[in-house]
Formats: sequence, structure tokens, C-alpha cells
Amino acid sequence: MAAKVVIKRWPGTATDMLDVIFEPFTYPFMVRGMVAAILAGALCGGIGVYVILKRMAYIGHGLSHAVLGGAVVSFVMSFNFLIGSTIWGFLCAQLITLTTKKRKIAYDAAIGVITTASFAVGIVLISRNKSFTRDFETALFGNITGVFPGDLVALAVVAGATALVLFVAYKQFLFTTFDGDVAQFYGVPTGWVEAMFSLVLAGTIVVSLQVLGVLLIAGATVIPPVSARMLTDSFPRMLLLSTGIGAVCGFVGIYLSYFVDVSSGATIVLVEAAVFTIAMAYSTARSRLVSARQRESRPSPATPAPDSSIRPGVEPVKTEGD
Amino acid sequence: MLHPLPHEHSHGSPLVEIRGLSCGYEKQRVLNEVDLEILRGDFVGLLGPSGSGKTTLLRAMLGAVDVYEGEVVVDGVRASDGRPRIGYVPQLETIDWNFPVTVREVVMMGRTMENRFFPWFRKEEKELANHMMDQLGILHLAGRHIRNLSGGQQQRAFLARALVSSPSLLLLDEPTSGVDVKTRDDVMHLLHDLNHEGVTIVITTHEINAVAVHLPRLVCMAGRVLAQGTPYEVITPEVLFQTYGADMPVINYEGMPIVAESPHRYARNGGESGDKAMAGHSHRHA
Repeated sequence: MAAKVVIKRWPGTATDMLDVIFEPFTYPFMVRGMVAAILAGALCGGIGVYVILKRMAYIGHGLSHAVLGGAVVSFVMSFNFLIGSTIWGFLCAQLITLTTKKRKIAYDAAIGVITTASFAVGIVLISRNKSFTRDFETALFGNITGVFPGDLVALAVVAGATALVLFVAYKQFLFTTFDGDVAQFYGVPTGWVEAMFSLVLAGTIVVSLQVLGVLLIAGATVIPPVSARMLTDSFPRMLLLSTGIGAVCGFVGIYLSYFVDVSSGATIVLVEAAVFTIAMAYSTARSRLVSARQRESRPSPATPAPDSSIRPGVEPVKTEGD
Repeated sequence: MLHPLPHEHSHGSPLVEIRGLSCGYEKQRVLNEVDLEILRGDFVGLLGPSGSGKTTLLRAMLGAVDVYEGEVVVDGVRASDGRPRIGYVPQLETIDWNFPVTVREVVMMGRTMENRFFPWFRKEEKELANHMMDQLGILHLAGRHIRNLSGGQQQRAFLARALVSSPSLLLLDEPTSGVDVKTRDDVMHLLHDLNHEGVTIVITTHEINAVAVHLPRLVCMAGRVLAQGTPYEVITPEVLFQTYGADMPVINYEGMPIVAESPHRYARNGGESGDKAMAGHSHRHA
């Protein structure tokens, strides 16, 4: 059930205007939805940094599908949905890693095989039981108006646990993400780091399902970090920026969806896409500006470049085509 | 030129002892019956065609291969029992240059496991990193993104990362591959300087004339150790034929062996040991 409340009248006075602006906050289901969207957006944005830097943008897409299988299986076995799906998603991620270890199978191919199979398990079980149809739609697209306090608690717990893991093991996660092979040589327990990452990612996807749905989660895990990457070269800044973009887009998306009366998950992803476009335009303009300035300040060929001669043993900065 | 005379290293127990080692990955043998000793203060080059097991031998010292027979002891610690303090510099080509890290962040990675349960670095660790970057002449670049460096500076950044972990042994996988001639010479000079300060170094290389003949000690490999010793002892037509499976005439130039290259003859496979690594023109040019 989507929010059917649309602007009833055109605001005449400033007070009316304020009433309209704050209208969404007067509905408890909207406030819960907003909190959920902010948490889910931040969570997906934060974990997404590791996802895209590991060059596995497809994993969010795949795991969210895989988790559907886990959700349905948990339901059929009347097991707790959150725990059951998280374990299922984690096992799928482990299975993907295991498959790629056997070589000859590329990571994206392994994701394709395992997550679609898991998704299919969910579909098969759903098609056996017609009463699922309504929940199925929620699973695919998310339903922010149906967020219960329990869902918020789950989101908060996963967000807290994720933040704790990423904070405490910050160094290990950074090294493993940058170069897992070499990190292992330096004694980093990369197997543990990978396993923790899978667990945190599976948890993130499961608790974000209510907000974003299977089909849109990939956007929330990929777009904020990619946008953040274009705005900074620093890893910690990228992490904070991506989390922030996710949170803000989550809020703006659901707030807009209240007035326009469209799917909130889709609106969130569209807002993120807009931020991505702006980030891309900004970074392109900035690099053009920088290269234009360099061209202006570049000394004429007759005068030798002074930098390398002053500091012995220091080479000039690498230029393109090196 | 760089290091024309055999380097006098300290005596005493060897830093690395490899005895009867056969190892590989997932049941696939790469190295057979390798016996090798590396003394403290040594500077060793591993030479051989692609697939000859150079990198595998480095990984064996790091304890990152499946050992079938024999053992590897580094600094008194068996590689299977614990991780000895080894600094490792990967091939620059394997680095993700778009990853958002600065030079300082890369260097600090070398200290990842020192205070493993604290997410931040101690003041002494940061000072050590600064000191190391200063020594390598990249301190003024500490805040730069790793992509915005020259090849030599990039190599120095990863060298600094290896050195801040206070290693007893420094391993470099093809430190001169994919860099231009000037950078190559810079890197080799830098390594020789470090070696003279007492750092034990092992590198792998493809470049015989530009790199290998300048090293005090060479190990020629093709699935096993074919020869080891000074360049004079190792760079001979016989050993090179065994290593590369091709006739490679050696010229003596101002007291230094130089391998003349006759590429057309490389096409004929003359390997007699039947090693798969021996096929074709495996000698890569810089």
C-alpha cells in the first residue's frame, strides 16, 4: 500500500506551505519509512565502497536475488526471516568464493550461477503457494510504508554491527580490499576479512530489502560509492561521503515519493542516479579546469623545468602515456 | 657498473634455508627438489623464463604455496609454522592504480598487523613511516594519490610499505618490469643502497643484461635450480641453454658477461629436460 496522500490544495500562505512541507512527518508510518530509508541508504552506501573497490559491483545485484530464496525458505520452514536470509546470503557468498577458487570460473560467472539458482529456489516455492503473491511484490520493489518498528531495530542492529566491524578492522579491510594477495603475505587474515565482509553484506541486503526490494538494492550499493569516488581520492573520505550520499538520498527519495506518490525504492535510486550525474559533471569540469590551468602555467620549451634539478633523486611527475 | 664485484656478505647461519623443496599449487607441482641458501646481507636475483617458478619460490619463502616435500626456514622460523618478517613488493602491474589511497596510506599498510586490534596507528608507527618515506625521497609526496607518481616513485612507495614492517628479508617480484630504463636504473641503485645498509634482498627478473649481471648472486631456474653463483659462474652459454632452451652466446665486455641475443634461433626449442617452461622465446625485453 503506497502513500495515497497527495497535496490537497495549493499552499496559499507561508503557514500552509510549512504545513505541506512537514506533512509527511505527521504520519508515523512515514517517519518510520524515513528512518529506515536513511539507515538502509547509509548502510548500502558504506558497504558499497568495498563492493565497488573489489570490482564486484554485480555481487549486490546477485546476493539480493539469492536472499529471496533464503527468505522464502525461511518462511516455509517458519524460521526467523532476518536470520534465515542472512545465513542463506552468507552461504551463497561463500559458495561463490569457493567456486572461483576452482579457477577457470570467473567471479561474475560464479555469481550468475549461484545467485540465480538461489533466486529460482525462491520462485519455485512461491509458485507452489499462490498466497505469496502480495509479499512477492514487496520483496521485488520494497515497501517503505510497511516498515514495522521491528524492521527498524533490525536495520539499526545491522548498521551498528557493520560500523563496528568496519571500524575495528579498518586496516585489515583496507589492505585486503586493495590487494588481498599481498595482504596475506603481510599476515593479514584475509580469509576472515572476506568472510566478515560476506556476512556484513548479506545482513545489509536482508535488512534493506523492505526498503529497496530485490531489484533496486544493487543501485543503492553501487551508485553512492561510485559518485563518492569521483569526488575524492582518499579512502576514508570516500567511505564517509558514500555513506552520507546514501543516507541523504534515502531521505530525499522517500520524502519526494510521498508527494509524487510513486514507488519509494525507485525514487531513492533515481535520486542517487541524479547525484551520480552531478558528481560526474563536477569531476569532469574539475579535471578540465586543472588541465587547462596546467597548460597555462607550463613553462615554454626554452626554459628547463626547475623541479627535478632542485631535489636530487626525485623524478618529475609522471605524465600521460607513461 | 652497478655492482661489479661479488658482494661480501656476513658469515654465520643463513637467513633463508630451503632444503629439498617440492611445492606448487593445488596438486600442480611447480618446483622440484630446490636446495638454496640465502645468507644475511645477500642480494640474490632469480633468473629464468616465464613459468620457471621464480615467483613460486618467493611465495614459498612467504609460506604461500603447498609444500609437498622439504622445508623452508626463514630467519629460524619454518614457513609452515609461522610468518617470518618478510617485506614483499609486488609487481607494479598488479596494483589497482585507481584505488583511492595516498602514498602515506599505502606505506602504513605495512603496519596493518602490528596493533591488529586497534584501528589506528601509533605515533611511533607514523614517525617510522615518515622516516622511511624521507629516506626514499618520497616524503613530500605522502599526501598524493598513488596514480599521480612517476614509475620510480611508485616503486619507492611500495618499497617503503615493505620496509616499515621492519623485515629481515625483502622480496621483490620483477621490480624492473614495465618501467623505463631510467627508472629501472634508479630502482636498482636504490636496492643496492639498501643492500649495503644490510638489507637482505631477493628479486626475480627477466632482464639478464640490464639487471641480472649486476647482482652479486644469481640463481637460474626452470622448475628447479639449474645453477647458482656469481654472474661469471652462472651466465654461461651452457647454463643459459639449460635455462631457456636456446643458444645464447655470451660476450665478455669490460669484465662483465653480456648475453647476445639472436631472436631467430629462439624459435627452435632445444630444451632437453622436457620442461614445459622451455618453449619459445621466453626472454622478455624491457
